[in-house]
Amino acid sequence: MKGIIAIIVIVLAAIVIFNGFYRVDETQQVIVTQFGQPIGGPVTEAGLHWKKPFIQKANYFEKRVLSWDGDPNMIPTKDKKYIWVDTTARWKIVDPLLFLQSVRSEREVHSRLDDILDGATRNEIADRELIDIVRNSNRILEVVEDIDDVEVVISESALEAITPDSGREQITRNILAWSKPRVKEYGVDLIDIRIKKINYNADVRTKVFERMISERKRVSQLYRAEGKREALDIEGQINKDLQRIQSEAYREAQEIQGKADAEATNIYAEAYNRDPEFYSFLNTMTTYRQALKDKTFLILSTGSDYLKYITGYGPEGK
Amino acid sequence: MAAAAENVKKIRLDVRAPGLIIAGVVIVAFLATTFYQIRSDEVGVVRKFGKYVRTTQPGLRMKLPFGIETVTKVRVKHIFKEEFGFRTKEAGIHTTYMSARDFMKKLSYSNIAYQRKAGFAADPFLAETLMLTGDLNCAEVEWVIQYQVGDPEEYVFNVRDVRGAIRDMSEAVMRQIIGDSSVDEVITFGKVRIQEEAKVKLQEVLDEFNIGIKIKNLVLQDVNPPREVKDSFDDVNRARQDKDRLRNIAWEKYNEVIPEAKGNAGKLVKTAEGYSIERVNRARGDASRFVATWEAYNGAKDVTRRRLYLETMAEIMPSMGRKVIIDEQQKGVLPFLDVMREGGDGK
Repeated sequence: MKGIIAIIVIVLAAIVIFNGFYRVDETQQVIVTQFGQPIGGPVTEAGLHWKKPFIQKANYFEKRVLSWDGDPNMIPTKDKKYIWVDTTARWKIVDPLLFLQSVRSEREVHSRLDDILDGATRNEIADRELIDIVRNSNRILEVVEDIDDVEVVISESALEAITPDSGREQITRNILAWSKPRVKEYGVDLIDIRIKKINYNADVRTKVFERMISERKRVSQLYRAEGKREALDIEGQINKDLQRIQSEAYREAQEIQGKADAEATNIYAEAYNRDPEFYSFLNTMTTYRQALKDKTFLILSTGSDYLKYITGYGPEGK
Repeated sequence: MAAAAENVKKIRLDVRAPGLIIAGVVIVAFLATTFYQIRSDEVGVVRKFGKYVRTTQPGLRMKLPFGIETVTKVRVKHIFKEEFGFRTKEAGIHTTYMSARDFMKKLSYSNIAYQRKAGFAADPFLAETLMLTGDLNCAEVEWVIQYQVGDPEEYVFNVRDVRGAIRDMSEAVMRQIIGDSSVDEVITFGKVRIQEEAKVKLQEVLDEFNIGIKIKNLVLQDVNPPREVKDSFDDVNRARQDKDRLRNIAWEKYNEVIPEAKGNAGKLVKTAEGYSIERVNRARGDASRFVATWEAYNGAKDVTRRRLYLETMAEIMPSMGRKVIIDEQQKGVLPFLDVMREGGDGK
């Protein structure tokens, strides 16, 4: 009988002890409540802890960084372009007591984050031109097509500079700065908010696509026109080279022939100068042979050397 | 007798049996919760009552049993991969990719609702890839990231949804950098820079959460202009090729015409050179002949002249037609015109 009582006492003691100890993981933090009333500060140190069994309760909260993913919002920019903006944020519970008192659950805090962050995003976006939201800096964009050393700007909008205190990162910093104190009252720290996606709505997108197409068409036309220009250039080059080559060859040929003629003339002169009279005589004879042919009607005087004997046989004829 | 003794023993065994079973279960549970194995690509993060105590290396290890110590195995050597804009179905020599429809089926309802709201219902991949460039154009960008667990404790303790955080941050960073680049940079010549910048930036952003992740690689995959405008982008390439083609055709013509002209020019010059050689040689020949004749003539001038004259006359006279001989006293040829006419008529 005594044994049974002893066993019951041991079992009860064990239950009490087991209930009194609670473990806190590295990823967790705990608020101990007694009948719903928080007792002491948050327990953030991991390990085994003690509370009053049964009357006190350990409420666990996340210690890790948590995600918030907003719904995409359609927001008009200052220059009246409708864009979808999708944000994502990281947050954590830094004051579990405040968290417990104000929102209790993650689901609850998500809806508060929705309100605060969506609102902040909307305000920041609606107040800015599209370019200030899309761009992050005034980095010089390389938007030129290099069509044979002629730089062609494809998209003028790329050359716009963003206004100071804007750009994507600055906007998110603004949203963060605005929201941080507002989520603090839920015991939450906002670590980071980022614009995950920005996209045009369907109408704007169609117009952007039309613009992109016309920009590209312009570039295509430039290329084709440039191709024609180059081809004509080369054709001109053909004509030029052709005329140069032909005329140079003509000049050279004439020079060579002229030189030869000169040389020949010198040779003849050198030879014939020995006796010009004899040369005339000899050459005249040759010319007669060639020039006086059949059917030549010849009138000869008896005074000619050839016929001088026709009138007599004396040394001088007659 | 023997049978009776056997019975007694059996009964005794039966009485002790439940105790033995309990003891056995306890021993097995003890062993099972004490020993654990860490594979070669892992480490074990050990917590005692939830508090971090140590990290253990590969091999057979021991810890305190019955949940006093728990171990979380982290694959530190493994390279994890996240895909954006596509999903690999089966990797291999011929890797297959998931269709948009299959991927849609895998998505949760909230994701689909989100896409519908964002106007991307047609294609969940497009929702990941379509982004705005800095010149307010659009591009479709596919990319992958490869990452490793750099710090296993940070990885386990600091961020709840590590994969989600990596995906969110990767999308945000990629869009931020694409948003600061022109569509031409994105599609053509800026890829390497974008990759590098995005990798550095992503690491920086993730480090803010002490997430314990090391980004190994960030690689852009297919990067295209939006499908609606792709034709016009392709046409620019075609136009560029057209330009080259026109130029090549013109050069072909050049190469056809100019060498021929050069050939003709060469021919002309060579012909002139030939003429030159001939002309000089002839002159020399003629000169030599004249000189030779002249030298001979010098010896007997008068008789040679006569001989040459008469030889010529003898040669040409017979071949000539009508001949008229006029006395040297006769002045003028007018009176002989009739005779000449007769000759002219050929009578």
